[in-house]
Amino acid sequence: MDEHDLTCQELVELVTDYLEGALPETQFKRFEEHLSGCHDCHHYFDQMRFTIRLVGRLSESHLSSGAKDELLDLFRDWKKELPEQEKPENLEE
Amino acid sequence: MLTIEDADIIQGLRRGDESVFASLFDGYQNSLLRLALMYAADQRLAEEIVQETWLAVLKGIHRFEGRSALKTWIYSILINRAKTVAQHEGRYNNLTLSLDEQPESNEPSVPVDRFHPDDDHPYPHHWLNGPSDWGDLPEDKLLSDETQKVILAAIDGLSPNQREVITLRDIEMLSSEEACNILGISESNQRVLLHRARAKVRQALEGYLER
Ligand SMILES: [Zn+2]
Repeated sequence: MDEHDLTCQELVELVTDYLEGALPETQFKRFEEHLSGCHDCHHYFDQMRFTIRLVGRLSESHLSSGAKDELLDLFRDWKKELPEQEKPENLEE
Repeated sequence: MLTIEDADIIQGLRRGDESVFASLFDGYQNSLLRLALMYAADQRLAEEIVQETWLAVLKGIHRFEGRSALKTWIYSILINRAKTVAQHEGRYNNLTLSLDEQPESNEPSVPVDRFHPDDDHPYPHHWLNGPSDWGDLPEDKLLSDETQKVILAAIDGLSPNQREVITLRDIEMLSSEEACNILGISESNQRVLLHRARAKVRQALEGYLER
C-alpha cells in the first residue's frame, strides 16, 4: 500500500470495505485516523450509514399478495402424490 | 450446515404438513415477491415467478441435500427463474456482461468535481463543498414515503448486478457469504457492487433531502 495518508477522495471509495471489515490493517488505521480528523468525511460516512438504514426500511413495506389460498390448494394436490413412505405413520391409515 | 429450524421445516414439508408450508409461505412470500420484482416487468409476472418458485420448492424438497441454508436454496430457485423469465422478456441483457469486466469499477462514488483537484491546494483531493449532517434533518422527512420513493427509484436505476446485491444485502439482510452463493460472484466483486449501489442511492438521497 502507498505511504501517504488517505485523501477524502480515496476515503469515500473505502466505506463499504471498511464496514465489511475487508480493509487490511494499515488501511483500516488510516481510514479511522482520517475519519476522526475530518468533519466532511465524517458526514459522508454518516450519510452512507443513514442510506443503508433507510434502504433497510424497504423490507418493512408489505407487497400485497392474494396467492396464499391458491398455493395451499396446490400444496394439497402435491401432497396427494407423495410416496406412501413419506407420510407420517399411523396417521393416514 | 442446516439449522435445526431448517431441518424441521424440511421434514414437515416432506411429510406433507400443511401448517409447516403455510408458515413458510408467511415468512418468505413478501421477500420472494420483492426479489421477483427486481426482474419482472410488473406485479402479475412477479407473482407468477413466486408461484412457480413455491412449486419448484415442493418438487425439489425430497432431493434437497441441505448443502446450503434453506433460505439460500429458495432464493436461488427464485432468482434463477426470474432471470430466465426476464431474459425472455428482454429485460435482463446487462447481466450477460461478464462480472470480471466490472465496467463500473472506475466510476467514482462521489463526482470528482466535489473535490479539490490535484496538487494546487494545501489539501489536495479534499472536499470542496462537504456533505451536510443528515442528523440535523427532521426525522419526518428522512422517514417519509417520499424518501422511500426516492430510494426505490434510485435502486431501480442501478445496474442489474448492483440492484441484486443491494437488495439481498441491505433489504433482505443476507450475509455477504449468502449473497455471493446465490449470485455466484466473489466477495470482492460483491463489495464493489454493493458500494457502487449504496453510493448511488446516497447521491439520490442527497439530491432529494438537501433540495
Ligand atoms: Zn476527509
